[in-house]
Amino acid sequence: MNVYLWLIPLLPFAGFLINGILGRRLPKWLVTTVALLAPLGSFLVVFVTFKFSIPQPENPHIPYNWPCFSLPYSESLDQWISAGQLHIDFRFVLDQLSLVMLLVVTGVGFLIHVYSVGYMKDDEGYSRYFSYLNLFLFFMTVLVLAGNALVMFIGWEGVGLASYLLIGFYFQKKSAADAGKKAFIVNRIGDVGFLIAMFLLVANFGTLTFSEIATKLGQDPGWTGGVVTVIGLCLLLGAAGKSAQLPLYIWLPDAMEGPTPVSALIHAATMVTAGVYMIARMHVLFNHSPFALGVVATVGAATAIFAATIALAQNDIKRVLAYSTISQLGYMFMACGVAAYSAAIFHLMTHAFFKALLFLAAGAVIHSLGGEQDLRKMGGLWKKLPVTFAVTTVGVLAIAGFPPFAGFFSKDAILYAAFLQGPNGRLLWAVGVVTALLTSFYMFRLWTMAFMGKPRGDDAVLHESPWSMRGPLLILALLSVCGGWIGIERAGGWLNMERFTGFLAPVVGARGAEGGSAQLELTLSAVAVGVALVGWLLAYLFYRERSTIPARVAGALPHSYKLLANKYYVDELYGAAVVKPLLGVSRYFLGWVVEVALLGGIASLLAGGARFAGAILQYWQSGNLRSYAAWLTAGAAAVLLFLLVPWGTVWPPSMEFLWKATGH
Amino acid sequence: MNSFWAQDVPLSWYLMLSAVLFSLGVVGFLIKRNLITMFMSIELMLNAVNLSFVTFAQQWHAVKGQIFVFFVMMVAAAEAAVGLAIIIAVFRARATLAVDRIDLMKL
Repeated sequence: MNVYLWLIPLLPFAGFLINGILGRRLPKWLVTTVALLAPLGSFLVVFVTFKFSIPQPENPHIPYNWPCFSLPYSESLDQWISAGQLHIDFRFVLDQLSLVMLLVVTGVGFLIHVYSVGYMKDDEGYSRYFSYLNLFLFFMTVLVLAGNALVMFIGWEGVGLASYLLIGFYFQKKSAADAGKKAFIVNRIGDVGFLIAMFLLVANFGTLTFSEIATKLGQDPGWTGGVVTVIGLCLLLGAAGKSAQLPLYIWLPDAMEGPTPVSALIHAATMVTAGVYMIARMHVLFNHSPFALGVVATVGAATAIFAATIALAQNDIKRVLAYSTISQLGYMFMACGVAAYSAAIFHLMTHAFFKALLFLAAGAVIHSLGGEQDLRKMGGLWKKLPVTFAVTTVGVLAIAGFPPFAGFFSKDAILYAAFLQGPNGRLLWAVGVVTALLTSFYMFRLWTMAFMGKPRGDDAVLHESPWSMRGPLLILALLSVCGGWIGIERAGGWLNMERFTGFLAPVVGARGAEGGSAQLELTLSAVAVGVALVGWLLAYLFYRERSTIPARVAGALPHSYKLLANKYYVDELYGAAVVKPLLGVSRYFLGWVVEVALLGGIASLLAGGARFAGAILQYWQSGNLRSYAAWLTAGAAAVLLFLLVPWGTVWPPSMEFLWKATGH
Repeated sequence: MNSFWAQDVPLSWYLMLSAVLFSLGVVGFLIKRNLITMFMSIELMLNAVNLSFVTFAQQWHAVKGQIFVFFVMMVAAAEAAVGLAIIIAVFRARATLAVDRIDLMKL
């Protein structure tokens, strides 16, 4: 069976071209149709591909004689670079890993497109918005389908571009334009890591194709550490930039300047998970470097708890969600770091569901309140916005990790995998559990402040969102409830949670659970759920009506509270340590010494020389015809002299040369 | 060729005549101030060249030189038409043909 993988990125790209070039002249319904058909088409292609990708007899849904193909499926569109031993194709690869990612990206992407139709209804940049959104889907699908690191890099940079364009969508607002630039520049730092990793791959393996790298590493199982560690760490830098991990997370909270659906799609559900996907894609390399894996786990765990503490003291509803995203991404990195890649991808998927849901619900709240984002001015919304309230509740329960919601299964898989990794793993597990407590606390804080109690703001403008917004919310809520169930299968009279791991095992491998048992897993789950309950209770005590606890806590620990409310002063620290010195060097050294003195000096010298020569030579151009004639004659005489005089012979020459010159 | 002239007048005489005519043209071009005289000097130079062309054509029994002469005459005719038109236009505009006073192109 022929699989037209290129259709998947091509459809959104066509949408981008149509709406990007013609969008301003097209009627609005046509813009909407094009913008929605592109991701829907992609999703359908992905879905059909998914259905046909597993041949009989494993796939009971497909009749026996239907055409199927087996994974991994590779498709080379064209040769790109061919230099000596290095050959790089435009290669797309479809395997279980990219299938899961594609389903999430195009599925959630389509839902958010639908939501945006209602959300952006009255915006002047309607067609511009949708063309950017389609462009993002194009690059994201290229990133996911990439068969080698270079094609992945195209997508990697492309989603960065789309992210920049959409963060700065309201470019008249200085804060939005600045946030876009910040995201772009911080991502460049990570991209340097990715680039260096690619150079090292070419130098050491002679290829950038994922499967060939895996083959070469597989031929030499003893190859650990050294250059593999360096490559792993460089890749981690790239992933940390894209996925907002320590120390490069600072761009993500500011990215909330973009429209809320963008925050949901790009800065929560899909693009920021590209780092996790990349590490899972390169897992063979990381498996050969325990040190790099350890760094990944440490960075993930540190980010998870760090961002969760910041989220405790934020009052902007979108900022709370942004820090929560960073924290959840930390979980995924932690899972990668203990080589539980399938758990990381599982959490990536469920997180995409419930975080997209939470962001879209927050968008609906903001929309209903006429642009109000401050949690302190919300309250009592459950009565006015029942649908939004219901879906937010589902999202909060899912992210806090209550069974049977999606987040419970994936978070549990991560914590369980971490717990089995010896004493260091126990430490990671402990950090994870504390983070789960914090997560539950700040999410229920948000929930209580926004929806419970009495209205604290002006609710005259309150209205429930249109159906184009409520529909995607309900679907995502359904997915947030059921999304985790795909990991369950019936095994020997008891439910086994390994189905998702089994699906991904051909790609990322399944690490044996040494020392694990169903009982241990159950115990750990119970601990996690208990912790989440404690978080809920605390949040209820803190933020129920007329509670004075938050004020008292803030009063008792003024320094800690200020530290958290100001996000550990990390932005200020970077400002003083990086931005200011950089500006100083640019302004004084590069600006004055290099630009003005060096380059300006050379340019003035050249210009001065030309001007001087011109000043002298201008007298040649007397404007007098007879002077020109004289020069012409002199020139002709000089040429004649040069041609006819036998230079180098005895002087004076005999007249013989004239005789010969006349043809004798 | 057994013609009388070709036998008796040596090649170098023709060439000498051509050189003298050409030099007269050059000198005239350099020292005269009247535009029309300068123009006539140019014609003189062209015809000096024509003379050497036909001389060599006769000498080498080649027809190319003579063809070239036709081209030169043709170009000279065209040039005379254009040049004289320009000269008339200049005279109308400035009421003089002294080249020393026609120097508006000077910086």
